[in-house]
Amino acid sequence: MEDVKGSDGLGDTELRLGLPGTSTATRSAKRALPEGDEESHDELRRTSAAKAQVVGWPPIRSYRKNSFPGRKVEAEAAAGLYVKVSMDGAPYLRKIDLGVYKGYKELREGLDNMFKCFSLAELSRREGGSGSEYAITYEDKDGDLMLVGDVPWEMFISSCKRLRIMKGSEARGLNSRH
Amino acid sequence: MTEDCDGEEKDEETRRWSPGQGSSSRGGGSGAAASSPLKTRCVRGRVDQAPPFSGQVLENVLENVLQFLACRRDRNAASLVCRSWYRAEARTRLELFIGNCYAVSPARALGRFRCARALVLKGRPRFADFNLVPVGWGARFSPWVAAMAAAYPWLERVCLKRMTVSDADLALLARSFSSFRDLTLICCDGFGTPGLAAVAELCRNLRVLDLIDNDVEDEDEEVVDWISRFPETATRLESLSFECVNCPVNFAALEALVARSPSLRRLRVNQHVSVGQLRCLMVRTPQLTHLGTGSFETVPAADGAAELDVAELESSFVASKSLVCLSGFRMVAPEYLPAIYPVCTGLVSLNLSYAVTTAEQLKPVVLQCHNLQTFWVLDTVGDEGLRAVAKTCKHLRELRVFPFEATEDSESAVSDAGLMAISEGCQKLRSILYFCQRMTNAAVVTMSKNCQELVVFRLCIMGRHRPDHITGEPMDEGFGAIVMNCKKLTRLAVSGLLTDKVFEYIAKHGKLVRTLSVAFAGNSDLSLRYVLEGCHKLQKLEIRDSPFGDAGLLSGIHHYYNMRFLWMNSCKLSLRGCKEVAQRLPRLVVEVFGDHNKDLDSDAVEKLYLYRSLVGPRDDVPSFVKIL
Repeated sequence: MEDVKGSDGLGDTELRLGLPGTSTATRSAKRALPEGDEESHDELRRTSAAKAQVVGWPPIRSYRKNSFPGRKVEAEAAAGLYVKVSMDGAPYLRKIDLGVYKGYKELREGLDNMFKCFSLAELSRREGGSGSEYAITYEDKDGDLMLVGDVPWEMFISSCKRLRIMKGSEARGLNSRH
Repeated sequence: MTEDCDGEEKDEETRRWSPGQGSSSRGGGSGAAASSPLKTRCVRGRVDQAPPFSGQVLENVLENVLQFLACRRDRNAASLVCRSWYRAEARTRLELFIGNCYAVSPARALGRFRCARALVLKGRPRFADFNLVPVGWGARFSPWVAAMAAAYPWLERVCLKRMTVSDADLALLARSFSSFRDLTLICCDGFGTPGLAAVAELCRNLRVLDLIDNDVEDEDEEVVDWISRFPETATRLESLSFECVNCPVNFAALEALVARSPSLRRLRVNQHVSVGQLRCLMVRTPQLTHLGTGSFETVPAADGAAELDVAELESSFVASKSLVCLSGFRMVAPEYLPAIYPVCTGLVSLNLSYAVTTAEQLKPVVLQCHNLQTFWVLDTVGDEGLRAVAKTCKHLRELRVFPFEATEDSESAVSDAGLMAISEGCQKLRSILYFCQRMTNAAVVTMSKNCQELVVFRLCIMGRHRPDHITGEPMDEGFGAIVMNCKKLTRLAVSGLLTDKVFEYIAKHGKLVRTLSVAFAGNSDLSLRYVLEGCHKLQKLEIRDSPFGDAGLLSGIHHYYNMRFLWMNSCKLSLRGCKEVAQRLPRLVVEVFGDHNKDLDSDAVEKLYLYRSLVGPRDDVPSFVKIL
């Protein structure tokens, strides 16, 4: 697909953090096809030898090709879509696999469970808010901070890089956009 | 639902394009045969042309008869009988079909057919869909709309395919024709929401606005709320399709529009419409026959905190008793799919080709679709899903199986087994487009024997040069059997490992083939020669990355005037060969070009596009194109 492994062969011996098969080196930006899919999640799966992509082959309209940005059939989500989750005020971060959730509802429940011990969600609920005194935000591939829930789920999991649970005044500012 | 509609097949869009007109039969160009000596003047009253009185009466009678003749080919034939018939036909032709916008000029076409009310115009060659034609190549609507604004004040319908249409063009269109009713744009580009706004606002009689697979570009700041621009009064809208418009629409305005459009029968929304919003729309339009469902997923921002209950959604489908065609499902949440069960038995057409579903999710749907004639699906349903289709859909006429992952080395869950199952279960099949990674000659041969009604056979084995995955042999025999056994075949696309042999078969047996698509196939010029010498009805030939050179090209000299076009890219052509064709065939336009950064002076030709034309080289040639 693309020459992720350096042609000098030394890439394999390079010491770096990350799962085998991934590369943190800058990829070659030259791709014959203007593909819309998000590569970082798919790299783990693409272990087959890099074949140069040919322009316009297979003959699928780009409109259709770009309709599945990084989407997977559920059965195929072997590699997982792990993202870090931080919560304001919590001493350490967590990591979750976005691929195991079917939608926003499950994600919220999962995060609730995970961060219950910090009792922020419970606190705000007890105070009469519907748990909305915090907001779940995420950093997308452009580096922007976005509110979780605006875009279709599939689009979200392909563009989400990390999650951040914001509380208090910061969250209020975001929530008032609804 | 016109993924790659070439007009050859009777796909949905052209089918509903007014039953009496524009049938699927074809003629090349605009109908003016290149050999016709007749001039295009057909104005009554010119003394030197006016027939004697008795002739005039005859012409009037003839006109009254000819107005019932809808088929374009029949009209072309009638116009060749004599001058009188030519004139009468020209005056009574209501729909102008121009298969290649550069084969004729606006002035010439409009000058001959003074009374046309509908225009169908096609521009770029089909391989443009796959990024093989550089941007800026041409096919602009501007000169056409400008000419029509002057010549056709009563214009009612326009259908464009692969043309560049600007916002200004749409605005001019909207302003110029007070009776304008139908606008269909397929695979076009160059316009955005401002153009749509102009159409919505100014075309007071608009009945059809169908935007299919267009590249609708908006700079973020310029997005216009075009849905709000429809007149506030009741509209005459019958069909509204905007699946390809990528920006969110003003839902409140859409809902209000739908509520005041009592004639609306076809509604296809884009993926920014959530399933909750869809339900609101369906409540307003229970009489819909065609529905494009949008995302078919809950979007929390749009649907509020509560997710839509499947039962509630299902009740909307229960109420939509007239639905025959369903599409959309752009982001479908699998748990919502059962909501469509109530309409399945009535469905004639189902497009799930954007829905990432498994066989298990598909089966309960498809097992109820006994009346399905058209089915588009993703290969994620696998051979097993296709077996379910084969089991139930005995009336299936058109099947398209698209790849979820369109790369050469992807895993595809469909294979020869699925094709075999379909051939056994769906023997009325007329048209198939099948993407896969593994195929066998045996399966293709079986299909050729079982599906005698096949008119369109397009098989794309995505890995280049892939042989039969069981025998290791080229796919020659399979495709050979198709042309041999499917006597009605008019359109063929081949793939996989193929030698010259398959083209020998095609030449020998494919006597009705009009469109042929070739990629990464053949061994030598012989292949091209076979086809050009043997396929007498060949109209459209598109070839890429095959070892065909000048000798093969020259073997078609006798036939190029009968064709709409020949496209070849990344073959073995040279400038010398192309120049020779251009010299020997003066009424052919021979364009050569490469990618923008290629050196035009080198002798090897990267891309060749040749087509017959009544008006010679076009005047809007970009710098990277050379006309020989």
